[in-house]
Amino acid sequence: MRHLSYLALLAACLLGTAPLELWLGVRVYRRWRLLLLSLLPGGLVGIGWDSYAVYAGQWHFDYRYLLGIRLARLPLEEWLFFLVIPTCAVLTLEAVRRCRPDWMIGDEPADGDETADGDEPAEADRPLAAKRWRLR
Amino acid sequence: MSYTVLALSSIGGAVVVDLMLLRSRLLFRRAFWVSYAIMFGFQLLVNGVLTGVPIVRYSSRTILGARLAYAPVEDLAFGFALILTTLSCWVTLNRRRAAISSRR
Repeated sequence: MRHLSYLALLAACLLGTAPLELWLGVRVYRRWRLLLLSLLPGGLVGIGWDSYAVYAGQWHFDYRYLLGIRLARLPLEEWLFFLVIPTCAVLTLEAVRRCRPDWMIGDEPADGDETADGDEPAEADRPLAAKRWRLR
Repeated sequence: MSYTVLALSSIGGAVVVDLMLLRSRLLFRRAFWVSYAIMFGFQLLVNGVLTGVPIVRYSSRTILGARLAYAPVEDLAFGFALILTTLSCWVTLNRRRAAISSRR
């Protein structure tokens, strides 16, 4: 069981934030393409740095607590870290938005678009060509 | 470069991304800071487990030595940078999508 430690930690993060999607309705996982794109820059830099740090001996992983799968000097769990933790961050921001809709974040739809949370443009108003551009 | 130097530069990089590159200006938004305050607690917890178990071991040469809940303080800087960069990208992509759908 010990080798599942890191994986269990990541699973706990996902389970702990799941109610935000399921019950608070933040619709983050539903916008999964936007989500993955948002994770990419931080993830790439993070993985590069992490891999360099292991190479330079700044830190190392104790494989007694890991599955043992290694990619680019990093355990699989560390790769997953860069998916899971930023996802939790997005979920948190969207949950705060959900609870405090008057706190502007800067991506609110322009005037006249009456959709509540800005991620569900009214289908009827939109020409077919516009749908290609929607990243949801 | 030590973890301390890299961690501090990562904050600089994230601030440049937010204020100049993507201009999401999350650093001026209350919603961002409240979200970060919530995440800060969980960040201490996750970092604490990672370094307390310890799944990750740091070389003493690379860190200042100050620790908070087992984890080197540098972890907090790196976490802040990762969170800010990700949210900045998220908000920018959502803003672009909102602009595209309101233009049509």
